[in-house]
Amino acid sequence: MEWATVFSGSNEGSVGTERGSERTLNPYVTGTSVLGLKYKDGVILAADMGGSYGSTLRYKNVERIKSIGKHTLLGASGEVSDFQEILRYLDELIIYDNMWDDENSLGPKEVHNYLTRVMYNRRNKFDPLFNSLVVGGVKNGQKYLGMVGMIGTHYEDNHVATGFGNHLARPLMRAEWHEDMSFEEAVKLLEKCLLVLLYRDRSAINKFQIAKITEEGMTISEPYALKTFWGFLAFQNPTKGAEGSW
Amino acid sequence: MALRGDWVYENNGGTCVAIAGLDYCVVAADTRLSVGYSIYTRDYSKICNLCDLLFPADKCVLASSGFQGDMKALQKNLAAKHLVSVHLLHIYQHQHNKQMSCPAMARLLSNTLYYKRFFPYYTFNILGGLDNEGKGCVYTYDAVGSYERVGYSCQGTGGALIMPVLDNQLKSPSPLLLPARDAVTPLSESEAVDLVKDVFASATERDIYTVRFPIFFQLLAFCESDIFPTQQHAYSSRVLNDPILK
Repeated sequence: MEWATVFSGSNEGSVGTERGSERTLNPYVTGTSVLGLKYKDGVILAADMGGSYGSTLRYKNVERIKSIGKHTLLGASGEVSDFQEILRYLDELIIYDNMWDDENSLGPKEVHNYLTRVMYNRRNKFDPLFNSLVVGGVKNGQKYLGMVGMIGTHYEDNHVATGFGNHLARPLMRAEWHEDMSFEEAVKLLEKCLLVLLYRDRSAINKFQIAKITEEGMTISEPYALKTFWGFLAFQNPTKGAEGSW
Repeated sequence: MALRGDWVYENNGGTCVAIAGLDYCVVAADTRLSVGYSIYTRDYSKICNLCDLLFPADKCVLASSGFQGDMKALQKNLAAKHLVSVHLLHIYQHQHNKQMSCPAMARLLSNTLYYKRFFPYYTFNILGGLDNEGKGCVYTYDAVGSYERVGYSCQGTGGALIMPVLDNQLKSPSPLLLPARDAVTPLSESEAVDLVKDVFASATERDIYTVRFPIFFQLLAFCESDIFPTQQHAYSSRVLNDPILK
């Protein structure tokens, strides 16, 4: 994904605005990968709590997983302020949904569809929300887990990841995920993925939250750290076999 | 394309194929959703039967590849127009309870695509169905709506790999001949399905974005049924399972 720059006030061709450009095409404070898995009783999401400002680790207590309504969890990577905007959109949506007072409530599939439309329409206006979102939840016994990207690309699967997670975590999930994992097995797999990301993604920090949602309800864990091991021989002298490399 | 940068588009890959026969039409598309060198999911259908809740379009089916956000938006757009044309007494002169015919849908798709000529839907489409006489018809499109009725077509990342094989196997008469010869193939429906299977296998060998297991939609003019013994339009879908690769 390229962060293209926009020069405000430039001649904007066929889609001109009188107010001038209000578009941000560079993210400022960003979160890294979010991971999601379906397991036996529901869906489990994991993300770290870092908010990077370029290469500075500016914020270390960013909650990147939030609950939406009764049935859904939303995790976001990318620009944190855009995530907060999305939460405001969803707030409004859920309030309206509750006001109907008809014992019907928006499930994860509906939230996913709504977010896909929001992201796509913002992209159409060249004013994107710089996020990759993971939507997961359970409604009426049906588990749902999906992802939406910044320009509206979306899919649904048994395991999803955003950003670096696609490269580092998805292969592990593909190898080890199976139907009806227990909660412990799912956490173990997620922690394995989180550890790999911690070692290899420079924007990852060692402070995670794991959120789970089942038919009964949802919990977002307290922040915790994983045990890391830096004593691997390969880490001691990384360029041993190839002098001059990094 | 937009001068503001190419971040608004991405190619999610995939290939679609359609073959028209005397009384059937076979439409197939693979199920891989990719981005860059990663795979998002192996299970995403690129075929849409342009249905809305009450009136599934049983005369035609749309297969698209390209940018998935635009694919979805296009499908919803067409489904909504179809709904409008069937439900309301609309300027199209479609009456209640009557489906749009395949040639009509073909023109609608072309116009819908051209409507966004200056910010295109990045989709490469094939519309497959049965015309008013019950003969198979395939319409092939480019991203901005130029279209043509043909006997068979393929679009997408594997299109260039598949087209010569189809040309060779289906021996379609030249469109320059006078009097105009029918482009539909005399092959039987199962032979056409086998050809499509082979053709996907070939494309998969050399195209990283295409996989071997396409989803099929078959539109049949005749369907043996107790309820409707005479000519009936029906469709069925099958996912191929390759026992050897599994």
